[in-house]
This record gives sequence, structure tokens and C-alpha cells, in this order.
Amino acid sequence: MEEQFPIQKVMDDQGNITDEKTLQQIDEELVKKAYYHMKRIRLFDRKAISLQRQGRIGTYPPFEGQEASQVGSVLALGTDDWVFPTYRDHGATLTFGADMVRTFLYWNGRAEGCVPPEGKNIFPAAVPIATQIPHAVGTAWAEKRKGTQNVTLCYFGDGATSEGDFHEGLNFASVFQTPTIFFNQNNRYAISVPIEKQMHSKTIAQKGLAYDLPSVRIDGNDIFSVYFETKKAVERARNGGGPTLIEAVTWRTGAHTTADDPTKYRPEEQGKDVVNPLDRLEHFMKNYSYWYDAWIDQIEHELTEEVEAAVEAMEHFPQPDPSDLFDHVFANPPEQLSEQKQSYLELLGRG
Amino acid sequence: MDVKMERKAEQTNSTQVLTMVQAINDGLKTMLEEDDTTILLGEDIGKNGGVFRATEGLQEQFGEDRVVDTPLSESGIVGTSVGLAVNGFKPVAEMQFMGFIYPAYDQIMTHVSRLRMKTMGHYSVPMVIRAPYGAGIRAPEIHSDSAEALFTHMPGIKVVCPSTPYDAKGLLIAAIEDPDPVLFMEPMRSYRAQREEVPEGKYTVEIGKGEKLQEGTDVTLIAWGAMIPVAKQAAKQVEQKEISCEILDLKTLYPLDRDLIAESVQKTGRAIIIHEAHATGGLGNDLISEINDTSFLYLRSPIERVTGFDVPVPFFALEDHYLPTPQRVLQSIEKAVHF
Repeated sequence: MEEQFPIQKVMDDQGNITDEKTLQQIDEELVKKAYYHMKRIRLFDRKAISLQRQGRIGTYPPFEGQEASQVGSVLALGTDDWVFPTYRDHGATLTFGADMVRTFLYWNGRAEGCVPPEGKNIFPAAVPIATQIPHAVGTAWAEKRKGTQNVTLCYFGDGATSEGDFHEGLNFASVFQTPTIFFNQNNRYAISVPIEKQMHSKTIAQKGLAYDLPSVRIDGNDIFSVYFETKKAVERARNGGGPTLIEAVTWRTGAHTTADDPTKYRPEEQGKDVVNPLDRLEHFMKNYSYWYDAWIDQIEHELTEEVEAAVEAMEHFPQPDPSDLFDHVFANPPEQLSEQKQSYLELLGRG
Repeated sequence: MDVKMERKAEQTNSTQVLTMVQAINDGLKTMLEEDDTTILLGEDIGKNGGVFRATEGLQEQFGEDRVVDTPLSESGIVGTSVGLAVNGFKPVAEMQFMGFIYPAYDQIMTHVSRLRMKTMGHYSVPMVIRAPYGAGIRAPEIHSDSAEALFTHMPGIKVVCPSTPYDAKGLLIAAIEDPDPVLFMEPMRSYRAQREEVPEGKYTVEIGKGEKLQEGTDVTLIAWGAMIPVAKQAAKQVEQKEISCEILDLKTLYPLDRDLIAESVQKTGRAIIIHEAHATGGLGNDLISEINDTSFLYLRSPIERVTGFDVPVPFFALEDHYLPTPQRVLQSIEKAVHF
């Protein structure tokens, strides 16, 4: 299976493009966009960890190491497409247009963090594993039935492929040929359980064979491979070619969450040889003369300010309103719920 | 007094005489005609018309895109319905039997019921899950469960359960039109037990409202779905003893019609709750709490529960012993009246 699904890449660890045809497709706009977003979400991610350490937000699941997978895939989408993230995919949602203040708010326990900006089709992060996969299929199915060309991009990790909803979702997508891109980030650990214990199969891509899905295994730390392979899948889906399974092999640099200690279960030397995707892109930019010091300094400055401003806005966001507990459970709250609300607000002296 | 017939006359002139399962079929057909976004999903609901024929002829009339034979995949059915519902469709998903809903429980608990709240109303899941439930039809194991309490406990989903053909169609249409998810329980035992006049075309029975089926003075019998005939038989039998029963058909299990219950119990001072689900953690306990909240000082005897026992619903050789019977209801009525 590893022969049938080799890890495809177009850029090596030193940032050299190994495929001439791909090089011609890479232009300055794409390079700058990729670097900008990867840098942006890296700063966000590191800031979030630091905020958690200071007790300014709750538990946070870092995605460092997976920036190329998240940015490369989501950049392949169009404005009207849909994103179905997990809790570790805020790099993708931020790049797709999610609000940074609200993304911080989500990790500070606020439902406001699940509300996407108007016109952005971003589902709330799935916390239960794999449950978002059938949702992405259903929404894609709706787009197909409406006769649009919109697609859905669904993220999930390696552990999710052991869940029933992964298989049920892929099967539905296959049977009804929905325009769905199943984007797996295989970071090789589901919390503490390594992929070798998660499955006996050699690859995740091969699981697509069972559902007759075009499937591909790529280097998830190679932004260009991720971008162009996702783009292919998106085009296929838009043109009625149905779903695709992409396995992006990557590496979670840090812990599962800020409450987790990976030294308990990951050998120290493991992952040492993995070249960080942002470093790899930097090598490429230097090799191919895309590295402009002034621009780099400028965006670093801008992005740092953006992140700081978002933290500031998060911390000055209006306090949560206890009414929100009750007001969004139903479109029209039943009398008994309104009574619970009333009596609690009276107790608080707000009735 | 026939309240229903008066109501029907207001809504439409023409009626058909239908069983409950035919009325459900007619309700689905009405909404497929009425609203292009209505889409039915389920196992064997297309060509086969459903194992109970609830969807008979609908695929033929509306096509495979609107009456969809899905893979055998309850979580997949409910999960894809979530995706359809947030993107403009009104899915009506059939669980072939309520006992088969458990693989979809995760989707219902973690997404269907809470997507509106967690997105502060940005996304909602207007879908209906139909689930034939209950024992008494000599079906194989797991086909006979009555799991309403798992869902009435779940915030964010409404639960309804008709006992007559008229209510089945009207409640089903109301459920499909509801902006929030509704679990629609169908008492299998009542599917073909009764025929009655059902209006043609569209009408609704309000979700959240029960009905007083019989006026009485001594004791209130509270039931729904397949337990209504049991309550009626018991009430009839105690008439000879000059005990007068009031019978309430709840119809909606969440949210409960508290006024209907309070008004009746305050009058009779006694209540018997009848449901076929297990006693512990059953909806009967919530009903007792409601009565406690509204009518404690009116009670003349402890509230009685006649329910399925705290055992898994048995193989059918013993199901008649599991299910509440008029005899057991009778015993509770006597106990309450002679307290």
C-alpha cells in the first residue's frame, strides 16, 4: 500500500522544487499568500499557548507543525465553499476568513467563537471525533442538489479514521457522489496513541479505496503539494467528479493540548528530523528569490500587531450574558425554559 | 362531544378514513408537495415504501432525489441530515425502529440538539427524526424499545408522540414546519389499530399541547401513544365501580403541556401516569415533578406510575408481561382512590 500511495511532494526539506512543472505554476502572489497566512497562524498559535499558560484563556490544542496542511488546503477553496474544522484547525478557519477575536473567544469558553462572519461558511469546530464528516457530506449534497458548484472541505485527524462516522460519511459521499474533500491531517498521534497502534493499515489514503474514492497521500509539510493536490480535488468536486480523500502526512510539534505532556508517550528523538513547514517555505523563498527582507519585516510587524489587538479585543469583549444560556436553545423557547430563565435572572437581580 | 370533528370542519371539508400509518404517509406526501426542500431519508423507504409502508408510493411520485434510499447507516443518515438542514433542506429521517436509533444518538446529542445554541442561532437544524417505537407487535429483540426519556432529557430537541391518525398527520406536519429538530415517535402497535377521518391537505396539531380525551372527576390518567388505548380500557372498567377517570393524551413529551396537567390534577386530586418505558429515569418522574410544582396541595393520594419494568424490553414471549396492562392500571386507580 505504501507503494500504491507514496507520499507525494513537490518541494524537498531544503526548499528545492523537485518538479519543474509545479515550479511554473508557483507565482509570487501564491508564495506571499502562503507565507503570510502560515506566519499569521503561527503567531496566533504561539500567542494562544502563552495566554493559556497565563490563565487568560482555557485549554488550547496547538497546531504548530501543521500550518502547511491547513493553509495550503484552505487556500484552494473559493469564497462560497464550506469548511468543516476540528478543534485543531483554527489555522485553516482563520485563513479562510474566521475572525481572530472570536477564535480567541472560542478558547475562552465563549459561544461567540462559533459564529462565523456573515457570508463565510465555516462550521463550528467539531470536538467529538469524526462527527463533522457526515455534516460535510450532507452540506455538499445540498449544494449538489441546489445545482451550485460549491464544495465542502472537511478536516479530521488520523484517530478519526477509526470512528464509525468516518466510514459512514465516506460511504454516503461515495454513494451520492457529493462534492466533498476529505482532508486528513495524519500527525501520527491521536493524543498518545501512535498511528501504528491506531490501525494496521499502512496508509490512511488506502481507506478511500474501499469507497472507490480518488485518494492521495501527500507530504503535509509541503505547502505547494498540499495546495495543488487540494486544488485538483476541489476542481474535480466542482465539475461533478465527486469526493476525494487526501492524507496529508504531517507532525504535531507540540502537545495535544496545553493540558497534555507529550514526553510521556513520544520518544524524544521522534520528529527531530521533521523540517518545520514554515522553515521549509523560507528555504524555498530564499532559493528562488522570493525572500524580501523589507516585506518580511513589515508583515511580521503587522501580524504581531493584529494578534495583540485581537487579544486586547478578546479581553475587552463584553462579559457573557446569562440570558444567552436560555435564548438560543430553540427558535421559540418553551414556556418552562422561559420560566427557568426568569427565575434565575431574578435571583441574580436582573429580572 | 367530539371536539376533533368540529376542528376538522373548520379546516377543510373533505376527509379520508385512514389508519395511522396511512395518515403519516399522507402527511409526508402533503409536505413533499407543499415544500420543495422537504426530503425524506431512510433505509428501505424508497422502492420498498418502508418496512411499515409509511412511505409507500412516495418515491414513485417524488423521485429518488426526494425520497432517498440511504445506506444502512443511522449515524450517517442523521449526520448528513444535519448538513442538509443547515444548508436549506428539511430532512425527514426515518429510523427503521426506535431501537435502531442508538448509533445516531451521538449525532443527535452532540450536534442536532445543540448546534443552534452553540452558534447563538447562526446555524439551526430544522429536521424531523421519525421513529416507530414500542412493544406489543411480536417483533424481534431491539425492535420494541420506547426510548423517549433519552431524548426528553436532551435539551434542544422536541419530542412528540401521536395516538391517533388525525394527530399523527397534524403533528408530523407541525414537526416538519418547526424551526428546530423534532423526534417524532410512532406507536407501531397503533399503526393499523384504528381508522378515523383525516382531513385532506395541510393542517397542523400544535406541538406542546396535549388533549383531554375524556372528562372525569376522581382520577387523572396521563398517557400517550400506544398507552392511550390501555388507559381508555382501564377507565371503562372502573366505570362500573363508579370511579370517574379523566384521560389526558400528552401528544408532546417535550415541552410538556403543564397547564393541561395542572388543571386536571387540581380537579381530581389524583394522578396515574402510564408509560411503557422503564420506570427509573422515565418521563413519569418528570410528570411527578411537574405536578409537585403546580399542584402539590391539591393531591389526595400519592401519584401512581404504571410503567414498563426496570428490565430491558424482553423477547416477545414475555412482552405482554412487560407492558402496562389495563389490569395494572386498574390496580393503581384503586390504590389511589382508596388511599
